[in-house]
Amino acid sequence: MKNNKYSGYFTNGIVKENPVLRLVLGTCPTLAVTTAAINGIGMGLSATLVLVCSNLVISLLRNVIPDKVRIPAFITIIAGFVSVVQMLVKAFLPSIDKALGIYLPLIVVNCIILARAEMFASKNSVLPSVLDGLGMGVGFTAVLTLMGAIRELLGAGTIFSLPVTANFISPMIIFLLPPGGFFVFGMLVAASNAIAKKNGKKAVMHLGCESCPSKEICGKAECVKEEEAGVNE
Amino acid sequence: MNSSTTIASILLAAILTNNMVLSKFLGICPFLGVSKKTNTAFSMSVAVTLVMVVATAVTWPIYNYILAPDYTYLETIVFILVIAAIVQLIEIFLKRYIKPIYNALGIYLPLITTNCAVLGITMLNITNELNFIQSLFNALGAGLGFMLAMLLFSGVRERLETADVPEFMKGLPVTLVAAALVSLSFLGFAGIGG
Repeated sequence: MKNNKYSGYFTNGIVKENPVLRLVLGTCPTLAVTTAAINGIGMGLSATLVLVCSNLVISLLRNVIPDKVRIPAFITIIAGFVSVVQMLVKAFLPSIDKALGIYLPLIVVNCIILARAEMFASKNSVLPSVLDGLGMGVGFTAVLTLMGAIRELLGAGTIFSLPVTANFISPMIIFLLPPGGFFVFGMLVAASNAIAKKNGKKAVMHLGCESCPSKEICGKAECVKEEEAGVNE
Repeated sequence: MNSSTTIASILLAAILTNNMVLSKFLGICPFLGVSKKTNTAFSMSVAVTLVMVVATAVTWPIYNYILAPDYTYLETIVFILVIAAIVQLIEIFLKRYIKPIYNALGIYLPLITTNCAVLGITMLNITNELNFIQSLFNALGAGLGFMLAMLLFSGVRERLETADVPEFMKGLPVTLVAAALVSLSFLGFAGIGG
């Protein structure tokens, strides 16, 4: 029973609450770096490392950080780990560092990490928080790699730089360009919605307001209204 | 003459060719989340532009006079904290002195702290080794480009509301496909302002 509970924390982020396809968080890196499958893995693993470490530290400090300054405190902790990851990638994987460019330091404002800190790690003990971070990270990496593979296959005819269709179909470069990113992501969300509906779950209609760390502020804006209007039973 | 042409080309490039949202994928959350009505899209972009320019004006000297050359690895952590502080200060300042603007933009300001477009533009200014004036215009151009994308896209979304969309594409998927088409049209600007 107890074992089940812990594996639930882990698998939650991979399928049921997949951060990209179900919660629709972290869209910027999802669209930006997925021009090749290997970039998806690099981005995903870097974010996973930050996610696990920040969830660990924040859940340890959850009773120490005053409620009013929790968001700046979370951001500082996350930024610290992002700098560490940045230096590690720069030192050991310079090609990945080059491919990810500015999106690597931008992990610091990736909503997935702040959202999990706010929604999960600040309310749960250490082990569940680490498992949650790991699950969310794996879910993020899986979608990024899938999307990178699709765009690489269609746009360059290769997967992980190995030629697949490159020799007999001329690749559609548009899939490597920004429009291709939006298009492939739209199709992936449509597919995930169709699967979710088949299993009796709600389709994702809008951006993930429920899990957004700023939802209380945003509630005054259009976000919540859209959410209510857009729920499709 | 020379410097004014570079500034014009930086502005054009930041607005059209290197559009924040449509070609750099920064600020996607507000682009998809707050673009449903033209009014809110406009207020949000004004707030983003304001914060981008002020943040650049503060982070550029910090990087070049304090962090460089020995402490550049502190860029990420210093920039995000400075931006968070600036957003707070702008909010307090507007609340105290310019109430009408606060009423119009206030609710968007806290959201901007975690907006990757703001952190992104301050870092891009450093990576591209622009000087102070160029950085300010690059930030202004990026903000205006964000505004252009938001306004254009809010128009598209108002049309989408009444469109007959296949069941499985409803909601987010069709919004993303529409964004793909808007982004495709911006590819036509490639080469301008190089």
